[in-house]
Amino acid sequence: MSFGRRLREPARDTQVFVKRIAIASIGMVTLVAVLLSRLVYLQLVNHDHFTTLAQENRLKVLPIPPTRGLIYSGDGVLLADNRASFSLEVVPEKAGDLNAAVTQLQQLLPLGPELLARLKTEVRARRRFDSIALKDNLTEQEVAIFSVNRHRFPGFSIAGRLTRYYPLGAQMVSAVGYVGRISEEELKRTDNRIDTSNYSATTHIGKEGVERSYEAQLHGEVGYQQVEVNAQGRILRVVESQPPIPGRNLYLSIDSRLQGEAIKTLNGQKGAIVAIEPATGSVLAFVSNPAFDPNDFVNGISATAYNALRESPDRPLFNRALLGLYPPGSTVKPVMAAGALEYGLRDRGDQTWCPGWLQLPGVTHKYRCWQKAGHGGVDLLRSIAESCDVYYYSLARDMGIERMHELLTGFGLGRVTGIDLPGELAGLVPSREWKRRVRKLPWFPGETLINGIGQGFMLTTPLQLAQMAAILANRGRVVVPHMVREFENPQDGHREALTPVERPTVPIVKPDTWAAVIEGMHEVVQGERGTARATALGATYQYAGKTGTAQLFTIAQDKRIKVQDVTKHLRDHALFVSFAPLDRPELALGIIVENGESGSHTAAPIARTLFDFYFAIRRPNDASG
Amino acid sequence: MLRGSRGQLWGKLHIDPPLVGGVLMLCAIGLVVLFSASDQSTDIVIKQGARMGLGLGLMVAVAQLSPARLARWAPALYLVGTGLLVLTAVIGTGRGAHRWLDFGFLRFQPSEIMKLATPLTVAWFLRDKLLPPRLPVIATALVLVALPAALIAEQPDLGTAILVAAAGLFVLFFAGISWRFIGLAVAAGVALAPIAWYSMHGYQRQRVLTMLDPAADPLGTGYHIIQAAIAVGSGGWSGKGWLNGTQSHLEFLPEHATDFIFAVYCEEFGLIGVLVLLSAYLLVLVRGVTIALGAQDSFGRLMAASLTFTLFTYVFVNMGMVLGQLPVVGVPLPLISYGGTSLVTLLTSLGILMSIQTHRRYLANA
Repeated sequence: MSFGRRLREPARDTQVFVKRIAIASIGMVTLVAVLLSRLVYLQLVNHDHFTTLAQENRLKVLPIPPTRGLIYSGDGVLLADNRASFSLEVVPEKAGDLNAAVTQLQQLLPLGPELLARLKTEVRARRRFDSIALKDNLTEQEVAIFSVNRHRFPGFSIAGRLTRYYPLGAQMVSAVGYVGRISEEELKRTDNRIDTSNYSATTHIGKEGVERSYEAQLHGEVGYQQVEVNAQGRILRVVESQPPIPGRNLYLSIDSRLQGEAIKTLNGQKGAIVAIEPATGSVLAFVSNPAFDPNDFVNGISATAYNALRESPDRPLFNRALLGLYPPGSTVKPVMAAGALEYGLRDRGDQTWCPGWLQLPGVTHKYRCWQKAGHGGVDLLRSIAESCDVYYYSLARDMGIERMHELLTGFGLGRVTGIDLPGELAGLVPSREWKRRVRKLPWFPGETLINGIGQGFMLTTPLQLAQMAAILANRGRVVVPHMVREFENPQDGHREALTPVERPTVPIVKPDTWAAVIEGMHEVVQGERGTARATALGATYQYAGKTGTAQLFTIAQDKRIKVQDVTKHLRDHALFVSFAPLDRPELALGIIVENGESGSHTAAPIARTLFDFYFAIRRPNDASG
Repeated sequence: MLRGSRGQLWGKLHIDPPLVGGVLMLCAIGLVVLFSASDQSTDIVIKQGARMGLGLGLMVAVAQLSPARLARWAPALYLVGTGLLVLTAVIGTGRGAHRWLDFGFLRFQPSEIMKLATPLTVAWFLRDKLLPPRLPVIATALVLVALPAALIAEQPDLGTAILVAAAGLFVLFFAGISWRFIGLAVAAGVALAPIAWYSMHGYQRQRVLTMLDPAADPLGTGYHIIQAAIAVGSGGWSGKGWLNGTQSHLEFLPEHATDFIFAVYCEEFGLIGVLVLLSAYLLVLVRGVTIALGAQDSFGRLMAASLTFTLFTYVFVNMGMVLGQLPVVGVPLPLISYGGTSLVTLLTSLGILMSIQTHRRYLANA
């Protein structure tokens, strides 16, 4: 018994069916060919490409950050340290509902309200299975709180890493600077400051000071571990590894004791002190007061704290020693005097009559001496010792602005000193050409006069004043001031000293010039009528100096001066340049006390204190003498 | 003589040696790959082996039933299956999609029943109609196909819905419906494509888009396709060797024991291995075509041809998906992928093929 319809027209039915089977079979063969062509394309044609991709999948290179070099002071005090710190990290892929987990965590730990927004952007910006730091510098208590609740937060973990720490805090910030988190901007910069592969494991970078200028030496070279990972990012085994090379340790020339003493002598007043060893250019103290604690900046300072610092009328963030622009005032007079002798405009004994003022022909304006009664007949030594303005008005008139520009520039004013710190300002020594270019005005003869006493357009930094003092102490030899004295390889302890850089010597060739100028500066502190004679009493060594007073209104200072502070803020700045001992100078100083009124009363005593202190620590045995 | 007697012996047992040979070859390959794809889990391999044993037993058992009996049971099976599909829609379980019926002691997907019930019922329906079928007949048959397919697509399980529809439509195709009708149907399909697009679930649409451009979302929906291509491509000509595939063992390849097991196979055995695998499938498929051509009534012909080309559709859809030529739909690789239900259904369908082949002589003699 057959089932179904008997094939009534077997031949025709079969013909149709066989045709259909044939068509379907052709279709099948075609589709198999499609599959095979794809397989050939993947497995034969692009085999190498996919092999590479499979390797990249399998092997992950984990960068290992190098240990940042330490920074020591010249007297061996640790200025920048690496300390173990703990941070809370999360791998979002493992965390499940990240937002919910973070919200829960915020009830346990103070994570800050902006965290969720920050996470959102960071999650996108990173590679799959890379971790994100939620909070740095966890306290031990916070670590404990998290550890207890850890099981509730899969994907979250505590990671230990090294964080920069500055043991001396604000005391050294003007020189050492600080590190901070690498910003997007820094990563994108085209000047190749950052080699992105070398920084692949690095989170912080030097932002200011030595930390920034020696970033390349301090950073070291990244190491890596090539590991086999599974798709969850779990490390299965280490295939290959290359340890990181730690950054080099830096030994600064700064003496922490002198630095501390310098800050102390300022006694809370705003100002800057730069101390240089004239023979080498080594910077021994580099003070800007007030300062701030760099440790607050390492892992990001809160907006409130930052605004408080930024808005403070004392401008603690402002590195006065490097960036503060002040009229040099009378401190330029020794340089002018050297020019007078060198250019043959004055002899040492030539007298200029000072009635208390000088007038230019055809002009009614009287250019006044600070000594209203006049100094009478003034020779070169007296002009320095007593800081007679009329002598220098007259000298400037004879020298002319072009020669003054050349002379002062030779002493390092109006151009960067070349110190190994970032962002140094050049200040200003005016010239006809400058005034035409910048102010679009011709040069007026009266301007020559006031620039002759360091007023007018002239602007200098405390660093430049110290360098000028060092050049005078060196009798014309120009050494570029520098912060770093030695590199040390932390692995083998090998040290490498930096050779001081010299610039062309000041072109003053007459042998008696230096002797006369330095004698004049000696008279300032240890002569009978020197402007700072009171401060040198009882000194066991001979030294030289020059006082100066900078009129404030020429400084573009903080505009947000409070009404009740106006009077104090309008006081003149007190300046003093100095070096000691006279015959073999060991220390050159540039000192500015803002609103200190008088160089001789405020700034000069600081120099005396610092000389005494420095010689005592340098020659402890003589301290009693 | 010897050959003849042996043939008679197989015939009495209702076993078709070439078909069973091909199936056993595929099962063996399947267990070997599964051992690697399951991270060398003997438990999983034993479990799958047991299912294969069950399936093979069912295959032989079904072969004992005559095609006539199978056809008679078809409508009942169809009704029960459709009823269960409706039930699933109401009380079904499963992640995201309602596909499973859980009776406590038994958990299965009613859609699996329909993979067999649909072509069986259509073939039963056409068994005594004049062929090629006329329009009212075609229309009725289309309703028979569309009902379960729509219910399954609604679950949503697009892959199975397509396969169920394909199995039913193959019957119609082999019944000889006119090309003009096929042309019209294709045209209507193209015209309705936008409607289908908008009625798709978001993730289904995403899968289609992903197939067109996997690189658009390499960590999201394109991840499967890219990782599968890496696995296949890095296998090369001769493969990385058994148990040496990095893509699957390091878990870059998702679903590597189930729907994407072909990628593991390609990675470890290379193009040579793929040719061996395709040969084994072709052995079964060619045998199926032979059985269809040798069948003596329209039910047998239509069933055999439909089951054979449905099997091929499985193979093509799975491989095409792994190779990135088709959207990712959940279709396992027949006899290779880990999983019980589809394996049992498939072996049962091969049992039907054997039934058609081995009951032939008696039909012819009757």
